[in-house]
Amino acid sequence: MQVLEGWQDRSLDQVIGLCREFVEDGDFPTVRRWREAGGKVLGHFQVYFPEELAHAAGMLPVKVRGAAIDRKRADAYFGSYLCSIIRSSLDLALTGTVQLDMFVTHPICDVARNLAGVWSRNFAYPSQILYLPQNANSAYSAQYLRDEYARVLRTIEQVADRQVSEDDLRRSITVFNENRRLLHRIYAIKRQTPWLLSVDEAYVLVSIGGMIPREEHNALLTAVIPMIEARAGKKQDKIRVVFEGGFCEQPPLDLLRVIGQSCYVVDDDLLIGLRWLLQDVPTTGDPLMNLADAYLNDSSYSPVQHDLRKPKEKMLLDRMKNAEASAAIITAAKMCEPGLEEQVAYSKKLDELNIPYFISEFEEKMTGFDHMQIQLETFVENILFE
Amino acid sequence: MTPDKKAGQESIVGRGSREGARLFREWFQRLSGAAERGEPTAYVFVMGSIAEVLNAFGFNLVFPEISSLQTAVRRVAHEYLTVAEDYGYSPDVCGYVKADVGVQLRNGEHPMGRIPKPTLSILTNACNTYMKWGEIWERWYGNATFALDSPGARSANLHTQPGDQDFENDRKYVEFQLRELITLCEQLTGTQFDIDKLRETMQYTNDMSAAWKRVLELNRSAPAPFNALNEGTVYLGVANALRGKKEGSEFFRDLVEEMEFKSRNRIGTLTEEKYRLTFVGVPCYPIFRRFYDLFAEWGGTFVNSTYLKFASGGLNLGYQYDLNRPLESLAEGTLLSLRHAMDSMFFQNQDLVDEVDEFHVDGIVYHPIKSCRTVSTGLADNRRAVMAARDIATLFIESDMMDKRVVSEAQMKNRIDAFFEGLATRKLHAAAAA
Repeated sequence: MQVLEGWQDRSLDQVIGLCREFVEDGDFPTVRRWREAGGKVLGHFQVYFPEELAHAAGMLPVKVRGAAIDRKRADAYFGSYLCSIIRSSLDLALTGTVQLDMFVTHPICDVARNLAGVWSRNFAYPSQILYLPQNANSAYSAQYLRDEYARVLRTIEQVADRQVSEDDLRRSITVFNENRRLLHRIYAIKRQTPWLLSVDEAYVLVSIGGMIPREEHNALLTAVIPMIEARAGKKQDKIRVVFEGGFCEQPPLDLLRVIGQSCYVVDDDLLIGLRWLLQDVPTTGDPLMNLADAYLNDSSYSPVQHDLRKPKEKMLLDRMKNAEASAAIITAAKMCEPGLEEQVAYSKKLDELNIPYFISEFEEKMTGFDHMQIQLETFVENILFE
Repeated sequence: MTPDKKAGQESIVGRGSREGARLFREWFQRLSGAAERGEPTAYVFVMGSIAEVLNAFGFNLVFPEISSLQTAVRRVAHEYLTVAEDYGYSPDVCGYVKADVGVQLRNGEHPMGRIPKPTLSILTNACNTYMKWGEIWERWYGNATFALDSPGARSANLHTQPGDQDFENDRKYVEFQLRELITLCEQLTGTQFDIDKLRETMQYTNDMSAAWKRVLELNRSAPAPFNALNEGTVYLGVANALRGKKEGSEFFRDLVEEMEFKSRNRIGTLTEEKYRLTFVGVPCYPIFRRFYDLFAEWGGTFVNSTYLKFASGGLNLGYQYDLNRPLESLAEGTLLSLRHAMDSMFFQNQDLVDEVDEFHVDGIVYHPIKSCRTVSTGLADNRRAVMAARDIATLFIESDMMDKRVVSEAQMKNRIDAFFEGLATRKLHAAAAA
């Protein structure tokens, strides 16, 4: 079945507009359609989940990444001093807006790991932690993760009420490999010809993938990428920046739009989990081991993964270098401790290298951007007229 | 009181607090000269210090969480927090981290001595902030950093046991890492690993673990022999600082003797223990003594605390290492104890319900804190679940463990007073119904 309809034979602007509507729709209509058709849904909290496991069992993997909604119930379930994404994510579940058959969270931060407890106290369906390895540097980590994936897969099989074979997994890996290739092409466009695709446009095209079947996302991206490449855009006198801080809670689209008005965002970590694996996962051999190995050894970076091979400042500088960015926008979601801690590390290194950067905090539900726009424009002018 | 009992009381009662404070001071003072003595130092955390391995190599252990909380207890935390915030850390970052950043930026200067720089840091996954914290030292000092990953329970009802395939997968992972850590320690110290030294320190931990379990159980007595909030924290300091040490083993042997004596002779901590309370969260260190008084003035005693479980790294589980297979058993014990510690933060609602009867609890005090989201995130929901499962009075007060700017004493007092008035009414109703 199709859960995202009406985009075929439309112009690029219309397709992007449609995706924007769905991404901003707090009712998650695509997930609802999937469920109404009898499909089962696995919700996985940010940042990375091997969606192939759910896909191979015929479930829809949905990225639980909060929403800019007016919360009705969840605030009574949490104390103060916590980020917004966990509140809105729980609210969507408590109000039945997003109905799940299984929920998975990860030990990415002190808040997210608590969600298995919160969820399991409030919902009857399986809610658990996928313990992604925190020691990425042990020679045993890949084997451990392979076994952990196998454990989660057993629960998925029970929920989906079907066995998953190695060939099922390989077929799913093939689908997701294609998806990752397409997402990387979107990002290549951003890096090479950012005037053809603004940061908010790219964002909705990527983000929609977290709420529709990946085959549909592949078809959508396959159709729109040539349209983007054929777009009649003109290069403007904007600085090239890398945006950091969107690995978990998502900034409002309007915030991205404001940034896009002043800068070319040539790379970012928005929804980095969808692009965590950098290369195709092999489809021969043990598929679970292949996924585990790719997670550890052929992957991106984020503040919530500790890996001695990936000092964050070096990774940021590499990202900036690869994208030929001259400045960075270093954001963090309000109350996001890993993001706030990384801001210090990034800013010290950028100071040391005399690279300009813009520091900011955001919340998924914020609505006023005038102040930030003025600050950002001043920042850009300072660089342009230096 | 008989003369024998009086004599016994004078020599035993309060010994744990006195000796604990002395041992703790001495331990801290030893840290000051570590660098000058050329001794290696490991920065470790209370949940998963792996003291057994590090003791076998002669490392001094620095617990940055303890160093940080000591600045709050000594009412100078704000000086260190300000240094860190001036450096760039947000007010919303963990106060322990920031106090330590302040200590490091002041070249180790601390009210209790001088903190040596790390040769090695061990970051366990029991708290994610440990990982981010360790990255700061790695960045500044270039010291060796080892992440010890010991997976916890996957959900409230998913507790694998030794022998289960899933448990064995986790245990092998932990054991492999321990072997990698030993290799790293050999490289850092130039010392060959001695498994008999490991056995010796594991035996001391066995003694401490069995004793700590017993001490906590003895607080089921009425009146409770110790207050889990203040005396408990002193004992906890020794449990961490002297884990796997002869002095730690002896201290806990004596502590059991004291608690058994107090239990047998019905000696509590207050003139009259009116209300028995459970504490959930981390103490309010900026007003540590005052916080205790706010409850004690009403006759409230904390007979139990989740803090004494998770902040001892699950030592209360009483796990006994099998010295005939030390590394396998160390992995198993680490996995089970740390899992228990994490359960005490994430999945503790049923335990709290069970302990109402076991400890004759009148009320549960939740103290979520701004600084520690590991402990605090699930507490409001936990409270809902506990109250749905059991008719028990609860109090939910938010403040901080480090930052006095977030501690509103007057507001706290109002809430606590109202809580006790409610408890008094409950007792009256219960008496009338009986």
